[in-house]
Amino acid sequence: MTAPAGLDATVSESPLLEARGLTKHFPVRGATNGRRGGIVHAVDDVSLVVPSAGITAIVGESGSGKSTLARMLARLIKPTSGELLLDGQTCTAALGGARREYARAIQLVLQDPFSSLNPVHDVRYHLARPLKVHKLASGSLDEAIDGLLGRVSLTPAANFTGKYPHELSGGQRQRVAIARALAVAPRLLLADEPVSMLDVSIRLGVLNLLADLREKDGLAIVYVTHDIASARYLADVVAVMYAGRVVEIGPAAAVTSEPAHPYTELLLSAAPDPGRARSVPARARTAPPNLVTPPPGCRFHPRCPHAMRVCTSGVPEMTQISPGHHSACWLHVNGLDTQQRTPLVSKPGKEA
Amino acid sequence: MTRGGEPLLEVSGLCVDYGFDDDAVHAVIGADMTLHRGEVFGLAGESGSGKSTLAYAISRLLRAPGVITGGEVIFRHEGNTVNLLNAGPTQLRELRWNQLAVVLQSAMHALNPVLTIGTQLTDVLQAHRPELDRQARRTRASELLEMVGIAPDRLASFPHELSGGMRQRVMIAMALALRPQLLIMDEPTTALDVVTQREILNELMDLRTEFGFAVLFITHDLSLLIEIADTIAVMYAGRIVESAPAGELYLAPRHPYAYGLLHSFPGLHGAQQRMTGIAGSPPDLRQLPTGCVFHPRCGYVMDRCLRDEPPLARPAAEPPGADGRLVACWLHEAGASAPAELAALAPALESTS
Repeated sequence: MTAPAGLDATVSESPLLEARGLTKHFPVRGATNGRRGGIVHAVDDVSLVVPSAGITAIVGESGSGKSTLARMLARLIKPTSGELLLDGQTCTAALGGARREYARAIQLVLQDPFSSLNPVHDVRYHLARPLKVHKLASGSLDEAIDGLLGRVSLTPAANFTGKYPHELSGGQRQRVAIARALAVAPRLLLADEPVSMLDVSIRLGVLNLLADLREKDGLAIVYVTHDIASARYLADVVAVMYAGRVVEIGPAAAVTSEPAHPYTELLLSAAPDPGRARSVPARARTAPPNLVTPPPGCRFHPRCPHAMRVCTSGVPEMTQISPGHHSACWLHVNGLDTQQRTPLVSKPGKEA
Repeated sequence: MTRGGEPLLEVSGLCVDYGFDDDAVHAVIGADMTLHRGEVFGLAGESGSGKSTLAYAISRLLRAPGVITGGEVIFRHEGNTVNLLNAGPTQLRELRWNQLAVVLQSAMHALNPVLTIGTQLTDVLQAHRPELDRQARRTRASELLEMVGIAPDRLASFPHELSGGMRQRVMIAMALALRPQLLIMDEPTTALDVVTQREILNELMDLRTEFGFAVLFITHDLSLLIEIADTIAVMYAGRIVESAPAGELYLAPRHPYAYGLLHSFPGLHGAQQRMTGIAGSPPDLRQLPTGCVFHPRCGYVMDRCLRDEPPLARPAAEPPGADGRLVACWLHEAGASAPAELAALAPALESTS
């Protein structure tokens, strides 16, 4: 086994899952003035190390590529390039036993429990199916199902096994979806926006359930979210994505209290925060970039208040800020000449 | 900047049902609230709490099977007083957009996809400002777009050519086209990214300062409301359970549900400690619990809560002079002793006394 390249943002023992240079380009039609052949650069060259314990949060706005990344980690979609290593072994086989092994190790929970559960089947069916498919039902199937429901705090289990999805509340549905993922005893749970469809008052219950699974069962979790406050609450490590790239990664407390990337700063200043003094300074109005024709260099430079000349041409490398805390920003790169450091004249553009 | 204004909209005892007779679901029950001129009034609640229904009833946009079964909505403008619930079609047509405009959550669906932004903006002016000629309407439409930070050449754009944030800005520009006194916004930024949301809210607040309209801002995001609203009402299962000035609600909530809701949003500062949120899940409006509708989820439940529904009233222990707050909870009745966390002294009073 080779030493993990890229980022060792965590106190890493041997990593459970590693992504190296993961890239996904989706071909599109019509997005470039009706001409064929456009490509959406959904995820570009993302390297990420997922340790075998703890929660890693991937934070980003819509269109940042966080869900695409999660789906690639689950091997639901095939990367355009880059590789995935499970326990240091490259995963290549798309089908067969190795694929099945991978699915057992890594399970995905989706955002919308209203559509991720089959409305014509009851809870028992949903939970029994992975056990049967993976031939895991040693002993009684019913006992295994009861145990699963217990782990997601749906008790007494007898009240839930016969219920259909429409008879459950949103929070209960999401718990069933999590129980289904736990059925195969995965080592890593990928949770893609698991609480964003739920009511405010029950979100915390599901987040706490994930925290319990980490603490009691030692489950590794990748938590994908747009909400940086909940990432701070739940995760040990936070990776911030912007326009298909990871721009900052580090311990949750460090990233949220001392952000090193201007985008993380912007995200934090925009998040609702009743605790701060009123009035947040308004920023220049610009929108996230079009990923069919992403800006050259650092993809954040058109919106960045600190943009320099170098930002328009070169893609910044990940630079260590402090142990475990990395940021991909030219501001942290030493040895630039004055020419490169020349600030771009910021034009307060009104157009997005 | 808030309470000085005279009342603009007074809602009292408003009840809305979906369906009739025995099948009726009571979506809003006995809602009372007062919006003052120039005030940002926040209405917070989870899905199914009745917050949107309340807004639709006020603006008379409620559609069948929704039925307004009681109450009054008094709207005051230019010395006139109108009960919106009794207003006829002609009167409503005069009031809507001129005095009372609505911004809905999904700008994507609120804008007509086959007409340009310019056509839709000038359409409003043509209908409500017949004295303006074509050129004047065009000029005014450009001004409106510039007001929300969009270049006037975008008048020729179709909605699909704009980003989500720009579409929502266009909606705000349209709503403000006739300088209304009241802007009703139903989850206007929920579909947007946080950064865009922040930009739009900052703009909205600037426009409010400039034009002095009042805003009824409806959202599930209480933490957002605390930043932008002057007064907040928290709804639960069709009832307003607490209303108070935003700062007081944030620092000293009185209702256990408001307290729980405030402790359901992880913060960006302080220790990363475990939070508890609120146990259970929101009730089914077809099978509401007896007594206080919140009692099955409440940590302070008493015998009385199971039997009687608490009225929205001034908390008995509130110091004199603190008139802004109403709460529907037996813990705050005269003679009851509220737990310390629900009886914290409101900060504004500490500083002024």
